[in-house]
Amino acid sequence: MSNLYDRLSPIVINLPPSGIRRFFDLANQMQGVISLGVGEPDFVTPWHIREACMYSLEQGYTTYTSNRGLPELCIEIAKYLTKYDLAYDPSHEIMVTVGGSEAIDLAMRTLVCPGDEVLIPAPTYVSYRPCAMLAGASVIDVPTYAEDGFRLTAQALERAITTRSKVLVLCFPNNPTGAVMTREDLAQIAEVAIRHDLFVISDEIYAELTYDGHHTSIAALPGMRERTIVISGMSKAYAMTGWRIGYIAAPEPLLAAMLKIHQYTIMCAPHMAQRAALEALRNGDDERDKMIESYDRRRKLIVASLNEIGLPCHEPRGAFYAFPDIRPTGLSSEEFAERLLLEQGVAVVPGNVFGETGEGFVRCSYATSVELIEDAMRRIGAFVSKLVSQAVK
Amino acid sequence: MNDALRLKVADLLHDNAKLSVDTIAKMLGETPETIAETIHHLERDKVILRYSAVVNWDKLETNQVTAVIDVRVLPQREVGFDSIAKKIYRFEEVKSVALMSGGYDLQVTVVGRDIREVSRFVSEKLATIENVTATTTHFLLKTYKSDGVIFDDTDGERRLMITP
Repeated sequence: MSNLYDRLSPIVINLPPSGIRRFFDLANQMQGVISLGVGEPDFVTPWHIREACMYSLEQGYTTYTSNRGLPELCIEIAKYLTKYDLAYDPSHEIMVTVGGSEAIDLAMRTLVCPGDEVLIPAPTYVSYRPCAMLAGASVIDVPTYAEDGFRLTAQALERAITTRSKVLVLCFPNNPTGAVMTREDLAQIAEVAIRHDLFVISDEIYAELTYDGHHTSIAALPGMRERTIVISGMSKAYAMTGWRIGYIAAPEPLLAAMLKIHQYTIMCAPHMAQRAALEALRNGDDERDKMIESYDRRRKLIVASLNEIGLPCHEPRGAFYAFPDIRPTGLSSEEFAERLLLEQGVAVVPGNVFGETGEGFVRCSYATSVELIEDAMRRIGAFVSKLVSQAVK
Repeated sequence: MNDALRLKVADLLHDNAKLSVDTIAKMLGETPETIAETIHHLERDKVILRYSAVVNWDKLETNQVTAVIDVRVLPQREVGFDSIAKKIYRFEEVKSVALMSGGYDLQVTVVGRDIREVSRFVSEKLATIENVTATTTHFLLKTYKSDGVIFDDTDGERRLMITP
C-alpha cells in the first residue's frame, strides 16, 4: 500500500484539524494547571439519574430501542419543548440521537448536497463546519461581533447569502461567546430566512442555561417551524455529557429523512442512557435549576473579575463561557493562551479556533469551582498586568 | 432589608464560609458595601450564629466518641418540652438537641473522650433529670455524610483538560 494518504477521501483530507488539539497536548503535559478550557458541566450527573440507569440495567433493559428512541422518552421531550412554545408530535416529529453531535451530522446530511452553501455564524462551536463539509457543502462564515454582543444580525446574514445558500446554522445560547438571541433578534433573522427560503438548523443545547430571561427558539416564530430542525439534548442542562443523549424535533418529512440515516448508521441511542434521560426529564428539574443558579453566580463572578483585570468582557447571557477581549495585551489569541498556560498555568481556549472573528478573544469556561475561578483570575491578573507594564516601558 | 438577598448570602456562606465579601458581591451582582451590611445584619439578628468548618475527625488522631441519644420525656404544663430541653442543652458535653416527632421526643448528641465518659453522662446526668422517662444511646461508628458533605468522596476531576 504505497502512499496511503493519497488514497483517502479528499473530503476527509481537507477537513481542518482540530484547533485545540495542540493546545490540549501542551496543557496535558503540565502539572497544577487550572483549566478554564472545559466545555462541559463540572457537576456529576445527579444521583437519582445515575440510579435510574442502574435500575434499568437490573431490570434488563439492555436491548435496542425503536430507532427513534423510547416512545415514552419522545413523549417527555415533546412535553419539555412546550416550555419554549414548541409543539411537536412525539410519534412522528421527535427522535433521540447519540448526543447533539449526531443530530448535527444528520441534519447536515439530510439537508445539503454538493454545491450547496451552509451559512455558519462565527465564532461558534467547532462541529458545524466539518459536518457541512462531510456532507459535501461549502461553508460561508457569517461574522458576529463583540459590539453586537456576538448576536447574529440580519444585515450580516443578508450580506453572506448567495443563490446557493440553503441552510443557516444557529447556535444560541452560543458556545464560545455566551451570546443569546432575543425574540426580536430572531424575528429579523426569520424574516431573512423565509425570504431566501433557507432551512435553519437550530442547535439549542444551551437553551436551559439562559440567564436574565427566557430562551426563545426560532422554530416558535411564525413561518419557521416548517423550515427548522431543532437540536437539543441532555448534556448541558442535566450534566449528562458522557451519556450521549441528544434529540431532534422537526416536521415529519425532515424527521423521517434523518431517521433513515440514523437507522442505518446508529440503529438507536443506548437504551440505558435513554432510561436515565427519561428520569432526568421526569424528575430532574429541581437539581437542574440549582445547577443553573450556581452557573449564574459564577458567571457574574468571572465577568466582574475579567473586567477588573482589564480584559473587557461583554455580558454572556447564556451557556457557561465568558469570552473576554484580550486585545489590550497586544497578543494574538493563540499567543495569549499559550503564554498564559506556560507562565501562569491557566488553560483557556483561543477564540480563533471558533472562527476568524474569534481572534482577539479567548474562551473561559466558568463551569469550575469558585475557588479555582478566583485562583485563575489572580493568575490571569498577574499575567495581564505584567504584559501591560512591559508595554508601557 | 431585602429578604431574598439575605437568603442568597446565607446560602452562599452556609456552603462556604470562607467566601470574601468581594466575591459574594460579584457573584450576586451587588456592591461589597451592600453585602457587608447584609452579613452584618445576618450576624446581628443571629441568623448566622457562627462560622465553622466541617471536619472529618476520623482523619485526625482523636479518640473522642459521639453518641446520639433518643430521650423520652413527660412534657410539662405551659412550657411543653422547652424547659427540659434547656436543662439538657446547658451541659457542655451536649452538642445538639432537637425535638423530634415519632417514637421519642428529644434527640441529643453528646461528645465525650471515651465510651465510659458518655455512659456516665447518660446515667448520672441525663437520665436523672426530672421528667426524663427513658433514654436509648446509639454510639456513632462512622460518618459517611454530614451537612451535605460526603466524607469519603472520591469524586475528583474526571473531565478532559480542554474540550470544545
